[in-house]
Amino acid sequence: METPMTQDVPAGRHSAPSGSAAPLLEVDDLRMWFPVKGSGLIRRTVGHVQAVDGVSFQVRAGQSLGLVGESGCGKSTTGRLITRLYEPTGGAIRFEGEDIAHRSARRLQPLRREIQMIFQDPYTSLNPRHTVGTIIGAPLAIHQVVPKDKILGRVQELLEIVGLNPEHYNRYPHEFSGGQRQRIGIARALTLQPKLLVADEPVSALDVSIQAQVINLLSDLQREFGIAFLFIAHDLAIVRHFCPEIAVMYLGKIVEIGDRDSLYSHPSHPYTQALLSAVPDVRQAAVGGRRERIRLTGDVPSPINPPSGCRFRTRCHLAQEICAKVEPPLLQIGPKHKVACHFPGEIGKAPEQPITARLLGVDQHGTPDPGAESVTELGTGPGYSDTWLDLQNRTVVSG
Amino acid sequence: MSTSFLSVNDLKVHFPTEDGLVKATDGLSFDLERGETLGIVGESGSGKSVSSSTILGLHRGSKARVSGEILLDGVDLLTLSDEEMRQRRGKDVAMIFQDPLSAMHPYYTVGNQIAEAYRVHHDVSKKAAKARAVEMLERVGIPQPDRRVDDYPHQFSGGMRQRAMIAMGLINDPSLVIADEPTTALDVTVQAQILDLLQDLQTEFQTAIILITHDLGVVAEMADDVLVMYAGRAVEYGTVKEILTHPEMPYTWGLLSSVPDVSGDPDAALLPIPGNPPSLLNPPSGCAFHPRCTHRDKVAGDLCRTQLPDLVPGPRGGVHLKRCHLSDPDVIYRAEILPEIAPDLVEEL
Repeated sequence: METPMTQDVPAGRHSAPSGSAAPLLEVDDLRMWFPVKGSGLIRRTVGHVQAVDGVSFQVRAGQSLGLVGESGCGKSTTGRLITRLYEPTGGAIRFEGEDIAHRSARRLQPLRREIQMIFQDPYTSLNPRHTVGTIIGAPLAIHQVVPKDKILGRVQELLEIVGLNPEHYNRYPHEFSGGQRQRIGIARALTLQPKLLVADEPVSALDVSIQAQVINLLSDLQREFGIAFLFIAHDLAIVRHFCPEIAVMYLGKIVEIGDRDSLYSHPSHPYTQALLSAVPDVRQAAVGGRRERIRLTGDVPSPINPPSGCRFRTRCHLAQEICAKVEPPLLQIGPKHKVACHFPGEIGKAPEQPITARLLGVDQHGTPDPGAESVTELGTGPGYSDTWLDLQNRTVVSG
Repeated sequence: MSTSFLSVNDLKVHFPTEDGLVKATDGLSFDLERGETLGIVGESGSGKSVSSSTILGLHRGSKARVSGEILLDGVDLLTLSDEEMRQRRGKDVAMIFQDPLSAMHPYYTVGNQIAEAYRVHHDVSKKAAKARAVEMLERVGIPQPDRRVDDYPHQFSGGMRQRAMIAMGLINDPSLVIADEPTTALDVTVQAQILDLLQDLQTEFQTAIILITHDLGVVAEMADDVLVMYAGRAVEYGTVKEILTHPEMPYTWGLLSSVPDVSGDPDAALLPIPGNPPSLLNPPSGCAFHPRCTHRDKVAGDLCRTQLPDLVPGPRGGVHLKRCHLSDPDVIYRAEILPEIAPDLVEEL
């Protein structure tokens, strides 16, 4: 799995055992608040866009985590934080155990080899004045990985890996179709043999018939080189196909995270349920009938002034008093399944009383209850713990 | 002569360019009844948008060479004068564009633009037109329409802009609406809202809808009939159920097997269509799909490369038309494609 690409590989890269328990990437309580400036002369900061607000997850070496959500939910910002195109307002980004959240630009440089990005739009992410060879070779030259006279050979090798003609290194991006350009973007991301690829909507700008080509290419590359993926997309079907683990974001927070089966077959957050029911389904229509859709009304609230308590409550059909007062923690409800809701449950099985009240030390309306014991071990950090709350029996279970 | 509400016969739209003739649409025919939806599916450059904007007369004034006939309620739209076409455009036939941010004028308020669409065809005061605009905004589900009517497009969210576009398109109660990728730029939850809205309005006004999209899921939920286009020609045409359960053209198989879905086997293979869409300047000989077709060796001789197949009923008969030389496509689909992409459906279909 960790077999490196054939030539000119500095010794020691990709040599970590892939079965090690420590995650490759661990994001803990990540926050990105963009300041909003006033219109006056002094341009004081009048508020913040809470684009990402307390996001935690792990990505293991060679694995994929899918990040889904509607536009403006903060999924792309999360991707850009991990590649450190932004410096986070708070929280930690641990890559191979080291916090890179506030590293200086100089100290980030070696890291750029490990974490690379594939962008959404292959038309704007490639410099039109550079040949494909220059584009793909640039990372090699910048990082001085291979001697100058070896760059071309490496570029051709990469072109072949992504399924392009190696003789086309001298062409310009406009001479390629959309799918081919996306392959060029992928080749560029692969140049330095990264351990983690952040793919931000890698196929949504492509024609359907081409999407599958690119997805299959990414799967092959992952299998061959053991690259871990943070796969950001709004297409739930593609994410389901590509990622064994998926996180759903809403207004800067993860509302549900879990393995594929838990999330798609047993969604327990009302937002995930609504999102899934909104996806048009060819098969369903083919074998007859439309599923009942959960209609979400209205728009996503502004991230400058998000709703108090649970951010989804303004559009949620389950919302009660407690939802406006207390923010639900991301509670583990299965071996690999966490949900941030006071009333979690599969469709039609939501509990009548908030299950989180006792844990949070509040009564069922969300007012602080001194009598209730506050349980501190909620397991809200990244990753999963060995114990979780069983929704059916309301008991803590150990796996 | 056909008695359908809309009947397009042998429509050709050719653009002469410096590099040669681009046959954007080459011999397209279909019928559509009131209250029904036709889904046109295809990749970029397959001619789906050109065909529908020709129905609206938007090719006029360009260098396009158009032939064939477009009969709307028995009147051939291609023979109308520019003035007569202008009378109908926006009134009988309306269009909902893909990207509402670029389809709306940024300097005018939303209400102003919607009201203008009404005043062009109705001799009413500005005040009455604005009242009508508010009424339409309310109809498409914009909250506080009397206040929002004075907003500019940038003050609306993406979903609201698309609703405003729909309000603009439907303000004159058109009998035919062409929706060109109406939900492509939107999130799934908003897309679901817009599709529901279109369906509600269709039931209410008995509008005929031509829905242009690349998303088979949207077609599956919305359309009654489906027309699959490739390189300017229809390659398969039939009812939505028929096309989705018994597709008979390898290109349609490719479309179906290259998109994963949310309910099937998550580990089912994605079978992409190899290669790239053809150039319309220099389309492949014979069947335009043959260079990308993985089943052409099942056809005897060199037929696929040399001879363009006709759009004819397949072995299942009925109104299911296909443009392919394969003689037993249904058998191949069930034996080779379906077990790969949806093993659990083999029994069911």
